[in-house]
Amino acid sequence: MSKIHVTTTVNGDEVEFLADPRESLLDCLRDHLGLTGSKEGCGTGDCGACSVTLDGTLVCSCLVLGVEAEGRRVATIEGMAEGNALHPLQRKFLEHAALQCGFCTPGILVAAKALLEKNPDPTETEVRYWLAGNLCRCTGYDKIIRAVLDAAAEMRQEAA
Amino acid sequence: MVTVNLWSSLERFTGGQTAVEIEAETVAGVLDGLKAAYPGLAPILDTGVSVVIDGEVATGRHASVADAGEVFLMQRMKGG
Amino acid sequence: MAKDELSEFHLVGTRPLRPDGLDKVTGRARYGADVSMPGMLWGAVVRSPHAHARIVRIDASKAEALPGVKAVVTRADFPEGLTGENWNLQENTMAGERALYDGHAVAAVAATSALRAQEAARLIEVEYEVLPHVIDVDDAIRPDAPVIREGAADATVPEGSPPNVARYIEFGHGDTEAGFAKADLVRARSYKTEATHQGYIEPHACLGQLGADGKGEMWVCTQGQWFIRQMCSSVLGLEAAQLRVTPSEIGGGFGGKTTIFMEPLSLALSRKAGGRPVKIVMTRSEVLRATGPTASASMDVKIGMTKDGMITAADAEFRMQGGAFPGAPVDMALYCAFAPYKLPASRHVGYDVLANRPKCAAYRAPGSPMGAFAVESLIDEMCRELGLDPLDVRLKNAVKEGDRASYGPTFGSIGLVETLEAVKSHPNLELPLGPNQGRGIASGYWFNHSGETSVSLAISEDGTVQVSVGTPDIGGSRASIALMTAETLGIAYEDVRVNVVETGALGVNEPTHGSRATFASGKAAVIAARRAIAEMCRRAAAEWGIDAEAVEWANGAAQPAGPNAGKFPPMGIEEIAAKMGSTGGPISGHHESVPEGVGASFGCHVVDVEVDPETGRTTILRYLVVQDAGRAIHPSYVEGQFQGGAAQGIGWALNEAYVYGQDGRLQNAVFLDYRVPVASDLPMIDTQIVEVPNPGHPFGVRGVGETGITPPLPAIANAIEAAAGVRMRSLPMSPPKVLAAIKAAREG
Ligand code: FES
Ligand code: FES
Repeated sequence: MSKIHVTTTVNGDEVEFLADPRESLLDCLRDHLGLTGSKEGCGTGDCGACSVTLDGTLVCSCLVLGVEAEGRRVATIEGMAEGNALHPLQRKFLEHAALQCGFCTPGILVAAKALLEKNPDPTETEVRYWLAGNLCRCTGYDKIIRAVLDAAAEMRQEAA
Repeated sequence: MVTVNLWSSLERFTGGQTAVEIEAETVAGVLDGLKAAYPGLAPILDTGVSVVIDGEVATGRHASVADAGEVFLMQRMKGG
Repeated sequence: MAKDELSEFHLVGTRPLRPDGLDKVTGRARYGADVSMPGMLWGAVVRSPHAHARIVRIDASKAEALPGVKAVVTRADFPEGLTGENWNLQENTMAGERALYDGHAVAAVAATSALRAQEAARLIEVEYEVLPHVIDVDDAIRPDAPVIREGAADATVPEGSPPNVARYIEFGHGDTEAGFAKADLVRARSYKTEATHQGYIEPHACLGQLGADGKGEMWVCTQGQWFIRQMCSSVLGLEAAQLRVTPSEIGGGFGGKTTIFMEPLSLALSRKAGGRPVKIVMTRSEVLRATGPTASASMDVKIGMTKDGMITAADAEFRMQGGAFPGAPVDMALYCAFAPYKLPASRHVGYDVLANRPKCAAYRAPGSPMGAFAVESLIDEMCRELGLDPLDVRLKNAVKEGDRASYGPTFGSIGLVETLEAVKSHPNLELPLGPNQGRGIASGYWFNHSGETSVSLAISEDGTVQVSVGTPDIGGSRASIALMTAETLGIAYEDVRVNVVETGALGVNEPTHGSRATFASGKAAVIAARRAIAEMCRRAAAEWGIDAEAVEWANGAAQPAGPNAGKFPPMGIEEIAAKMGSTGGPISGHHESVPEGVGASFGCHVVDVEVDPETGRTTILRYLVVQDAGRAIHPSYVEGQFQGGAAQGIGWALNEAYVYGQDGRLQNAVFLDYRVPVASDLPMIDTQIVEVPNPGHPFGVRGVGETGITPPLPAIANAIEAAAGVRMRSLPMSPPKVLAAIKAAREG
């Protein structure tokens, strides 16, 4: 199958790649652009390890075709910190020991950031339901939820 | 002489005994002594067993049983 | 960094940031599938769609004709003549005469892209002759069941046993009949648990390269790089030292990544493709169909109890299938089942049975959760019948140091009583419950494990320290090993870097399994640090012109001691390190052993549930884990192990199960259908760390990774009975099953 030339913006940078039309956005990010921070846990939209935003909307990049990224804006875990300044969520994940193996972490951070942009003051239940599409097998979610709530509180304070 | 406690289904190979006396100073001596006295045990010992000395899994064939209060043979232990 | 003021330690027990944390929150950490190499090919595996079939013919000509296809391998490319577990591993890597389960690999192909490799795999034609199959353990143990493998029984199996029994075990002590006669209540019940998968979110991935000269390299997500090296070498007939295996960061393992699956295929394909590296990444459905789930179990248990709650005798017969190969952890299940109880008399019988399912792999305290489900459920049921408090009964019968374990030997230092007392005084037990709500408790046990361990430590020129360990870090072990090393050396946590190294850089290490990384690598690191300290004291003594024996190490510095005390200012590690080139050369310490002194860990969980009488759905309202850690080096990661184990146990109890069709095919090979707990299924998981230090470890560590998965299965069953009045004796306790039980009870 002949490849399609795709021009898109990833984490603010304009990038180009050649995609087989069958390839997912996740495959293109990982294999063509070397952005391996987004993970594949299932390839069927069930685990959230591949979470990115597409024009600001949270998506499973394994369910988006690479060619669909043409002309859009993609944001991945690699773009979450500003230089060496971590996003509050990243910092709180470290402080709360909210990761064990860390494989789910990029997807959960991207998803949690999308939540806090929509809802800066979520309840525990809202965080749990928002993140229900992001599987973590190691932590039992306890410390993840605490980290998200704590980051939200800090971000609200900063905003105030 | 140490008394080696076997799991009971091994009694088929030891003439009905689940505790046998073996002349041995080390785990190696226990295993070799068991094989010599009860050749039917050899294939089972060869696939791997744990020797538990006073409640602790012996860490090797060199481990001493000379002052052991109790010696148990168990299936090989590991974990996930 | 908060620290307990009363602690005798500076660092042990604190909660610093983990050294690998920054890479993991920024997406930089490199896992199994994240690395590529120049000239790399992609591999894909052809798998049997049948549970049991003779492989009549494999025709790869169409695939080989596809442009970009560089190699195809089948079993014909593997050496012959292997025996025992090596043969099992080879047969599981690639089927020989017969495919033994749905998902069994039969061929593999390497091509220039992942898509091309998948296309080629579809073009490989395999002709099968379908054979009768058997899935359920109670069917598989029947004398007339389809025979999985002639001659699979080992010497433990008595003659005349059913054909699929591969191993047999029986042990016990005392007179059980007399014990049952003394009891006021004797109950016998049967229980079943289904196979579940470890469910690590990272699928297996490897990148292997093997030349015609027999030298190779591999990058792989694994719990144990030396196991990968040894197993791949045996299966392919290579020399172990010629293969260098580098462990990637690992996205969860829980026991499932202690063995090989497709790793040898990448090497075999690479060798055939002229030594080009070959990357293989499993799909989720391959992970579920073809990598180690746990065993399924069918268990009969009988217990005798007096009316004041003393257990008088116990009898257990467990049948477990662990797939088409021997290895179901039936022995471990029996060893652990009654471990929390002092038994006057017992009899344990176990059968390891073959069935047409994937080869089971270790899963967190292998076997223990099944045994606990049966025993802890029955004890709860009997407490209920006798009107006794289940926690008091557990305390009354609890084993202590010096007691004989249910599996034979005498316990050393253990903390079961302390754990149960901590549960008893926990505020969660006082919280009121509403209608349709119930509370359940259960205990659990795991031995913990030591194993072959090598650690090497080197002092850098500026006095900072690097530690090389061979146990991959799955849940924070680099942090805990750095804490113990820094504590021993009297230096800052940040001045120690712990590296998980490849097989070429260190002596043999067993994997991170058996909850051993913090115990065994930690203990070896402490001993290695002490060796380096001894050398640093010698260097200072030489400088001062006094005896090395007259020098002590304290606060990160050599100090003149005894008659010389105060004669010289302390010589710090930086100063010694800066001069080491001119005082005798590099300073390091290393330690290799199978560390002695493993300490077992008991836990007790309390769960509050609500059962919806209309739907049968169980909601976990509250969850408490109390467990003896010996000593928590980094308490956050100890809590994390407790919480993670509990969550996996909750999934096993309520949702997770392998579901097979009549055709023997796995029907739920995606996460949508194999449903692990998600964030909205769970509440916060409360933890309490009990510390009864293990005398066999310099800081008292016991190992905490595994025990936590054991109590949830029975604790939830016990809570469901308290909430809904129905006793569930088979897992999972899914809404339809609970609802059916509620309806039957109403009509009954
Ligand atoms: S990999 Fe996309 S949801 Fe799992
Ligand atoms: S930390 Fe391992 S999957 Fe979440």
